[in-house]
Amino acid sequence: MRHLYLYPRSIPRLMDVFFWPILELLMWGFLSLYLERLNLGNLNIVSLFLGAMIFWEFLSRSQNAVSVAFLEDVWERNILNVFVAPVQISEFLTSTLLLGLVRIGMTGVLLSVLSFLFYHFNIFQFGIYTVPFLINLLIFGWVLGLFTTGIILRFGTSAQVLAFGLIFLIQPFSAVFYPVSALPHAIQWFSYALPSTYVFEGMRKVISVGTLPVQDIILSFGINIIYIAVVIFFFYRMFAQVKIQGKLLKLD
Amino acid sequence: MNIISINNLIKDFSTTRAVDNLSFNVKKGTITGLLGPNGAGKTTTIQMILDLVTPTEGTIEVFGLQMKNSREEILNRMNFSSPYVSLPGNLKVYENLYTFARLYGVKNVKEKVDELADYFNIRDLLPKMTSSLSTGQLTRLNLTKALLNDPELLLLDEPTSSLDPDIADRTRKLLKKIQKEKGVTILYTSHNMAEIEELCDTVIFINKGVLKDQGVPSELVKKYGRKDLNEVFLAIARGEE
Repeated sequence: MRHLYLYPRSIPRLMDVFFWPILELLMWGFLSLYLERLNLGNLNIVSLFLGAMIFWEFLSRSQNAVSVAFLEDVWERNILNVFVAPVQISEFLTSTLLLGLVRIGMTGVLLSVLSFLFYHFNIFQFGIYTVPFLINLLIFGWVLGLFTTGIILRFGTSAQVLAFGLIFLIQPFSAVFYPVSALPHAIQWFSYALPSTYVFEGMRKVISVGTLPVQDIILSFGINIIYIAVVIFFFYRMFAQVKIQGKLLKLD
Repeated sequence: MNIISINNLIKDFSTTRAVDNLSFNVKKGTITGLLGPNGAGKTTTIQMILDLVTPTEGTIEVFGLQMKNSREEILNRMNFSSPYVSLPGNLKVYENLYTFARLYGVKNVKEKVDELADYFNIRDLLPKMTSSLSTGQLTRLNLTKALLNDPELLLLDEPTSSLDPDIADRTRKLLKKIQKEKGVTILYTSHNMAEIEELCDTVIFINKGVLKDQGVPSELVKKYGRKDLNEVFLAIARGEE
């Protein structure tokens, strides 16, 4: 609620939800159209790139929302006010995850509508699988967001660069714009350890071959379940450590 | 009845013992001053009472309950204010108060905020951005936030530091009024001994994490044969007891 008060009047927040994603959509959309004109075989370039870009926005916004919501309270020196209130850690985590859901909902609807209007790209061309694709990306974004929040709790704002940079570390390995087979064999195992990889590989299977990637969705979901359990345990441990070390007052 | 009971409290940080076998009680309905030089362990003690820092050893009971079993119940019945902790400056005053009222499960949020806004004379500040408030106004806002849940216990960490004498005096009068009218127990830290003598029913002196003395301010002044509480503080801080 405290964050939602800000959105109607905060230009940087509105830019984060609407402006930057639109810029990315325009860039990738025009690139896709250009490549399509080059006539590179039977590939549906627009669907491949735009689909990947929009799905990537879901993942990165989901992570960003969780991390930045926590950081804002640290920057404002408000975090102690939150932790001396009768708020359970589970309630705190749930509220940041729900904020992420609201944010990507807004961004997702906007990108879906604009990509259809500008490029005739239909995000629902993946059929019913659009929903589990997006849910898996949302959950993995939460995993990354909670992980960075736990690190910031433990090490203070000197670690806040992770809130903005970790997602880009994941991007090359998530097979966002190219298949896992394009990566060196020695590092493909890391790709397959990421739930996002199965979403993007699955998306490409739907576009290029028309097959429905049930196995990819199940694998992605299974890995996500393990990671979310681990990261929640990790967060609780970091919080307990911070209290033992007395560092809640010194996060900034 | 004791609102706070601290027994054999120890807190170690790496190689430093910040609180060393501290034991004291805070009686219901009193204003108790927790005094000591910088680094004495006052803030660490308050943070342990608030469950922001985990004690190494010892027990803390608030309202006869322990935090590990009754955290939400305890925190629901107390509140905290410190100039080192801020409310989000990018929210309007009423937005901050509404947010915290909901965090504390206040039933009639608008009515409660309006009631306290009149009490602390901040009604005209409600639509303003919190970042635009003066220091005195922020102090009143922090106290307003601290009373949203009708706490039985208030922990105030140097509430008048960085206030000019006029605003500091008004704040002290407000605190006396709160204690008298609402029966709130207050645990208060400050470096201003004149303020402590004016406000506090009892004081607790700690130094290097150890309890040095406690009692009614006037009786402590007599006991140490000093002119005022400031000289008692200096005597204890310098080990001249």
